[in-house]
Amino acid sequence: MAESLRPIVSYTWLIPVMPLAAFGLILLTGRKGPGRGAYVAIGAIAASFVLSMLVVAWTVSNSAQSLKGPYVAGGHASAHIEYSNEPREEETPHPWQPVGIYNIQPYTEHYDLAPEPFARSVPWVTIGGQPIRMGFVVDPLTAVMLVVVTVVTLLVEVYSIGYMHGDVRYPRFFAYLSLFSAAMLSLVIADNLLLFFVSWELVGLTSYLLIGFWFERPTAMRAAKKAFIVTRLGDVGLFLGVLLLFWYTKTVNLREIFEQIPSLLGMTLHLGKTALPIMPLAGLLLFAGAVGKSAQFPLHVWLPDAMEGPTPVSALIHAATMVAAGVYLVGRMYPVFAYSDHSVSLTVVAVIGAITALMAATIATVVNDIKRVLAYSTISQLGYMMLALGVGGYTAGLLHLLTHAFFKANLFLGSGSVIHGTGTQDIQQMGGLRRHMPRTYWTFLISSAALMGVPFTAGFFSKDEILLEAFHVNKVLFSMGLAAAFLTAFYMTRLISLTFWGEQRDPQIHAHESPRVMTTPLIFLAILSVVAGYVAWPTKNLFHEFLHFGEGHAEFSWQVATMATLAAALGIGLGLALFWKRVIDPSIFRRALPWAYNLLANKYYFDEIYWAILVVPMFWTMNLLARFDQKIIDGLVNGVAYLTVALSILQAWIDKWIVDGIVNFTGGFVKLWGRFFRFAQTGLLQDYALIVFVGLLMIIGVYLYKW
Amino acid sequence: MHLTLQQFSFIAVAGLTIISAALVVTLRNIFHCLLFLALAFLGVAGIYLLLSADFMAAAQVLIYIGAIVVLMMFALMMTHRVMSTNVIQTLGQWWLAPFPIAAGIFFALFRVLIRYDFKLKGVPAAEPTTGIIGTQLLTRYVLPFELASIVLLVAMVGAIILAKEDKPDDSP
Amino acid sequence: MIPLNWYLFVSGMLFCIGIFGVLSRRNAIAILMGIELMLNAANINLVAFGRFMDPSVLAGHVFAVFVLTVAAAEAAVGLAIIIAVYRNIEHINVDKINIMKW
Repeated sequence: MAESLRPIVSYTWLIPVMPLAAFGLILLTGRKGPGRGAYVAIGAIAASFVLSMLVVAWTVSNSAQSLKGPYVAGGHASAHIEYSNEPREEETPHPWQPVGIYNIQPYTEHYDLAPEPFARSVPWVTIGGQPIRMGFVVDPLTAVMLVVVTVVTLLVEVYSIGYMHGDVRYPRFFAYLSLFSAAMLSLVIADNLLLFFVSWELVGLTSYLLIGFWFERPTAMRAAKKAFIVTRLGDVGLFLGVLLLFWYTKTVNLREIFEQIPSLLGMTLHLGKTALPIMPLAGLLLFAGAVGKSAQFPLHVWLPDAMEGPTPVSALIHAATMVAAGVYLVGRMYPVFAYSDHSVSLTVVAVIGAITALMAATIATVVNDIKRVLAYSTISQLGYMMLALGVGGYTAGLLHLLTHAFFKANLFLGSGSVIHGTGTQDIQQMGGLRRHMPRTYWTFLISSAALMGVPFTAGFFSKDEILLEAFHVNKVLFSMGLAAAFLTAFYMTRLISLTFWGEQRDPQIHAHESPRVMTTPLIFLAILSVVAGYVAWPTKNLFHEFLHFGEGHAEFSWQVATMATLAAALGIGLGLALFWKRVIDPSIFRRALPWAYNLLANKYYFDEIYWAILVVPMFWTMNLLARFDQKIIDGLVNGVAYLTVALSILQAWIDKWIVDGIVNFTGGFVKLWGRFFRFAQTGLLQDYALIVFVGLLMIIGVYLYKW
Repeated sequence: MHLTLQQFSFIAVAGLTIISAALVVTLRNIFHCLLFLALAFLGVAGIYLLLSADFMAAAQVLIYIGAIVVLMMFALMMTHRVMSTNVIQTLGQWWLAPFPIAAGIFFALFRVLIRYDFKLKGVPAAEPTTGIIGTQLLTRYVLPFELASIVLLVAMVGAIILAKEDKPDDSP
Repeated sequence: MIPLNWYLFVSGMLFCIGIFGVLSRRNAIAILMGIELMLNAANINLVAFGRFMDPSVLAGHVFAVFVLTVAAAEAAVGLAIIIAVYRNIEHINVDKINIMKW
C-alpha cells in the first residue's frame, strides 16, 4: 500500500495550494461565486482533506515498516512498553535546578538520523553563496498536524455557513479562512525555516484580519492590533533564532540543521564581554516565538481579547490550529531543544508551560463571558502541551494537541451556537438551555468531559500521559499540573451549570436550537473528542509507536492516573456544590478573600501592567515627538512665513525708497537738467541776448583773472 | 579838484548823455524814450567834438538823429495801436538777470580801465579829420568801403521787401 | 586835457546801459534803441582810441564810420522785420514771441 500511494505523496504541496487558490478565487468572484464563496472554500479544504488523508495513510503504512518517529531511529527502536510504578533513577536534587530535568536520551549521543522522510524541494534563491531550497517534508509529525488542521478547518467552515449567515462580508470571511488554512497547511509541511517563518507570519496576519473581521467595532480592532503586536514580540525572538541557526549552520533546511547540531555543541556567541552558548540560546529564541503564538505566560494577554472575532474564528484559530503552531514549532525543532541531558531551553519550556497552565486556570474560574472562559482554558491547555514537551513527553504533548483541537473546537462552536441562540455571551444571564438546545448541550457536555479528563474520553488519555511524564521528572511541575486539572474541572462544571442547567435567569432570552448546518459539525467533533484518544490506549499505544522521539517508552501508571482522576472528580464535585445544588454559596470566595478575587477577576492585572510599562511610555514618547515635530515644523513654517513677510517689508522699503528713489531721481535729474537747458531754447529773444552777455561776462572774467 | 573848462564841459556833456541813455531804457512812454534817445545821440556828438572828431560828430548827428531816430519814430507810429502807454514796458524781473549782468560787465570794464596803463604817446594837437578819413577810406580801406556800399544796398532792398504789404493783386 | 579813461568810462557806461535796455525792455523797438546805444558806446570807444593812439592814420575814425554804416543798415532791416512781425501778430511784445526755437 505504501508504494502505490507514494506518487500521490509527491503532490503534498497541493495541500496548501488549493486553499490558496480558493482564496484568490473568492476574492475575484465574491458574492457571485458558488454559495457566495462558501462552497469554493469548503471545496478546496475538502480536497485538501482528502489528499491529507492519503498522505497520512501512506505515512502510517510506511512507519509500520521501518520508520519509527520523525528523526531518530536506532536499530533497536521498537515499541517497548513498560508498566512501571517506580520513579526513574534520576532524581532531581532540587526542584528548581535545571539539572536532569528530563530523562530523554540525548539525541546526539546514541542515534543516527532516521532514513530520509519524504522530502521534495526546489532551489529558490542564493543568499551569500548559500543556496536555499523550498520544499515540503512528510513524516509522522506532518501527518498528525495535517489531520488536525484539515479536519477542524473543514468542520468549522461548514459551521460558518450557518453562523455567518446574513453577514455583509460573508464571502470575505471564507476568503480569509481559506488563506489561513493555506498558510497553516504550508506551515506544517515546510521543510526549511524560511518557508516556516513566512507561513508563521502569514498565519499571524490572517489571525489579525479575522479577529478584526467586524472592524466597525473598535473593541474588535483593538483586539486585533493587540494580538498582532503581542505575537510580533515573540516573532522577533523566532526570527533571531532562525538567523542564529542560519549563521552557524549555513542552511535553513531542517534536516541539514539537525545534522549539524552535534558540531554546534559548546560553541558560543560572543556579544561584547559575554559569551552565550548557542544551543540553549537558539532554543530559547525559537521558544519566544512559541510563547507569543501559543499565548504562554507572559505573552498570553492577546488571546482573551481575540474572542472579539467571530466564534468560528475562535474555534479554528484560537483553539485548534494557530495557537497549536507554537507547540508544533517546539515539536518540529525538538533536536534543537533536546541537545543534551540538561537542556536549559527545555527547562524554560516546561516551567513556562506549567506556570501558564496554572495561572490561566485560576483566572478562568471567575470569568463570566462564555468565550473568555474557553479562551483561558485554551491558554491553560497549551501550557499543558508546553509542559509535556519540556519534560520530555514529546508524544504526550503532541497527542494532547490532537485531542485538544477536537474538543476545544467543539466547545467553541458549541458556545457559538449558544450565542447564536440566546444573543448574549454572559453566562450569568443564561440558564436552563439544556431544554431549548439539546444537540448543543450534549455535544458541549461530551467535549467538556474530554477537557476535564473524564476517563475514557480522548482528553483523559492525553492529559494523563502528560501528568505521568511530569511526575517522573519534577514533582513541583507535576503538582502544578494536577492543580490545574482540578481547576479545569471546576470551572468547566461552573460553566455548564450556569449555562445549561438550572432555570433560565434572563426572561428576555428566547433560546432556540441552531440550524443543522451548525449542529452537525458539533456532533462530528464530539465523536472525535471521544474516539481520538483511543489510538493511545495504554496497552497498545499505536500513537506512541507512530510518533516518538528517541527511545521512547509508552508507559502507564495507575498511581498517576488515579491522582489525575481524583483531581478532576474533586473539581467537578466542588463545581456542582457551588453552582448546581447551591450547597455552598458561590459568592463566599469573593467575600472571604476579596483581594484574591479581585486579582483573578482582573486577570492578575497583566493588561494594566503592560499598559503602564510599555504603552504609556510609548504614547508619552509619541506625544513628545509629535509636539516636538509640530513645534519645529510649524515653527519652521511660521518662521519661513515671518521671514518672507520681513523680507517683503524690506523689499517694499527698498522698492519704495531706493528703486523708486532712483527712478524718481533720474527723472528729477533729467527734469532739472531739462529745465536748465530749456532756457537755451525758449524762443524769447531777450533770453538769447542774456546768454550772449553772460558769455561775454565770463570771457571778461577769465581775462581779468588771468592777469 | 581843479577842472579846466574842457573837463567841465566834458563832464556836462557826458552826464547829459548818460542820463539820457538811462532814461531811454527806463521810461514807460516809448515816445519819450525815443526823444531821449535822440538827446543821447546828441550828447555823443558832443563827446565827439570834445575828441576833435569833427567828421564823426557831423555824421553822428546826420545819420543817427536824422535818419535812424526818424525811422524809429515811423515804426513806432505804425505799431502804436497796441502798445499803449499804460503797458509796462520793462520786464517784471529786471533786477534778476539784466541788471546784474549789466552791472557785472560794467564793473569788469571799470576795473580794466582803471588798472590798465595805456601806452600813450601824448595827445597831439587837433586837426581837421575829414580829409584823413576820406583818404584812408579810398586807399587803405577801399575794400571795406565798397563792401559797405553793398551792405547798404542789400539792407535797403531787404527792408523794402520785408516791410512790404502782401496785396492780392500785386503784380511783379 | 581830458584823460582817455574818462572817455572809456563814458563808453562803458553807455554800453552797459544799452545792455540793460536790450535785456529788460518788452517793446521790440525799445530793444533796438538799446542796441543803438551799445553801438554808439562802441563808436565812442573807437574814436577815442583812434584819436589817442594813432592820429595820423585815424583808423579808429574809419572803423567808426563803418560801424555807423552798418548800424544804420541794421536799424533799417530790424525795423522792417518788426513791421512785418507786427502785421502778423498785431503786437511787438517780445515776451510773447517765442517761436524762434526748435
